Amino acid sequence: MTDTVTFRAPRNQWWDVWDQFKTHRGALVGMVVFVAIVLFCFVGPWLWIHDATFINIRARNQGASFQYPMGTDQLGRDIFARMMKGGQVSLAVGIVGMVLSIFIGTLIGVLAGYFRRVDGALMRLTDLFLALPLLPLLLVMSMLFRQPLSNIFGVELGIFMLIVTAIGITSWMRTARVVRGDVLALKEREYVLAARSIGTPPRRLILRHILPNVLSPVMVSATLTIATAIITESALSFLGMGFPPDFPTWGRLVSDGIDYLQQYPSRAMLPGLFISLTVLSVNYIGDGLRDALDPRIRGR
Amino acid sequence: MFNYTLRRLLLAIPTLLFIALVIFLLLELSPGDPMSDMPLTIPPEVRQAMREALGLGEAWYIRFYKWLYLFAIVEPSHILAGMTGWDIAMEGPRILSFQTRSPVADIIAQRMPQTLWVVGLSYVFGVLLAVPIGVYSAYRQYSWFDQTGAFVSMVGFSLPTFFTGPLLILIFSIWLGWFPIIYDTTLVVDSWYDFFLQLRQMAMPVFVLTLYNVAQINRFMRASMLDNLTQDYVRTARAKGLTEKVVVLVHVLRNSLIPVVTVIALGIPAIFTGAIITEQIFRVNGLGQLLITAIYASDIPMVLTLSVVFAILIVLFNLIADLLYAILDPRIRYD
Repeated sequence: MTDTVTFRAPRNQWWDVWDQFKTHRGALVGMVVFVAIVLFCFVGPWLWIHDATFINIRARNQGASFQYPMGTDQLGRDIFARMMKGGQVSLAVGIVGMVLSIFIGTLIGVLAGYFRRVDGALMRLTDLFLALPLLPLLLVMSMLFRQPLSNIFGVELGIFMLIVTAIGITSWMRTARVVRGDVLALKEREYVLAARSIGTPPRRLILRHILPNVLSPVMVSATLTIATAIITESALSFLGMGFPPDFPTWGRLVSDGIDYLQQYPSRAMLPGLFISLTVLSVNYIGDGLRDALDPRIRGR
Repeated sequence: MFNYTLRRLLLAIPTLLFIALVIFLLLELSPGDPMSDMPLTIPPEVRQAMREALGLGEAWYIRFYKWLYLFAIVEPSHILAGMTGWDIAMEGPRILSFQTRSPVADIIAQRMPQTLWVVGLSYVFGVLLAVPIGVYSAYRQYSWFDQTGAFVSMVGFSLPTFFTGPLLILIFSIWLGWFPIIYDTTLVVDSWYDFFLQLRQMAMPVFVLTLYNVAQINRFMRASMLDNLTQDYVRTARAKGLTEKVVVLVHVLRNSLIPVVTVIALGIPAIFTGAIITEQIFRVNGLGQLLITAIYASDIPMVLTLSVVFAILIVLFNLIADLLYAILDPRIRYD
């Protein structure tokens, strides 16, 4: 009588995460929508016949047709192409802003959690940033550095860098707090003690043992930050403090479209719909990731 | 508790000073010039004299000190005098707006009612709707009500107000013609008809902001209820034979409200700051709109004063939230 023990092949834990993620219907739909939007914005322009900045004044203010699926604007530019171009900028701002914000947040969170000497100072800094009125500050920063940065890097790159930096340095606080809390708890675990007792230097201890274990809250926070970054960029553009007028982003297109809300409502609604869909899908992905990365839920 | 409050209040002072300094220096560096709208024919020496009349001639630290003195001592005395009727308003200069040459505090006082009505009302509605919805969603988890509620709150949470605002304008003002597009601040409510007009023009901005607030608070309420519904004391309460109504509405709800109350307190400063976009869309001339026009016009005293007022509100409500948490939850003690 031998027990028949069936061994499962060792499996990467990310497959478990993916299995759990798949069961969250909203997250799955969100992922499909998000990938579709990304493809539309970044692959679309290669396949589409019109250019986003080409002015065809004879074909202005046209309705939807095969030639122009979303019509043309007051200068005869193809709105379909502008939507792709605008999406590139909005998504790029969202993703780069997120990377910057997560980098700052994780760095400060890990430093504050791991090194007790800097903890107090860094957390006071975080509280300070949380007390800043952010939208006014973003507006002031945008007004302030617009010209110098445009002079150095050119208009497009300069404003891009300005907005990404502004978003990055005003949205890292939540990540920092979450990461610090987790690091404080992880630091007391036995395996960290074991690693330290064999003489692992702090740098390797953090990179090798602590960072992988704070990955899941960081990933959840990353998706939420993309959503806020896209909304912030659009809000700035909407208020006329973002990208210059001839440079399409979704927020800019909404703001331009508002002037024609009575005659051509789709002009403001379409980019607004794209922003909303993107943010909604990203938030759903974040929801799904939170469930999938939580081992307490995944086990069930 | 008292010591803790005192310590936090004392700590808030350097924080606020630092924030004020940062905003001041940012504005100081800004390229916008309040004289840029003046005709080019003004001779340079007159222009210089005008700059000095605006108080721009002195070194930045002197101006910061002067602003701080006016903001912390003179303006409060005027506000107090205005509210109580006592004769304590201090003599001498006040913080003047570059745009209108009238005291910043007076302009803020003029703009405050619009913001409080529209944004404050939407916050009240948001709380009143979100709490029952959150309670019922959690109690009937995964029911169709919960699923719909989760979807609606995800949508409300994700849709930016600069999309929902124009959408409502399009549907209700342009197509149906029910509500006016522009908020009329000059409307004086002295008859039922005016009251009706006031309600009509407030409907859309209040709805947009309420949707967002409900979505935010509802998520917290539901999560907090779910946390508590599985606790042992709930089973005990049921085992004692208490009715379901008492268990949920007295035992669970009271405990679940603790974190939600702090979330609600933390959201109050946003009543003043967060409505910049909504006010811009519906042309409500409240504080958010005041700030954005001041930024466009490089009205430094106005931007500085408003931002610092916002920062004070944020710091104050952070403290209130922490204190409320300790008062409501006896397990938490700060001392």
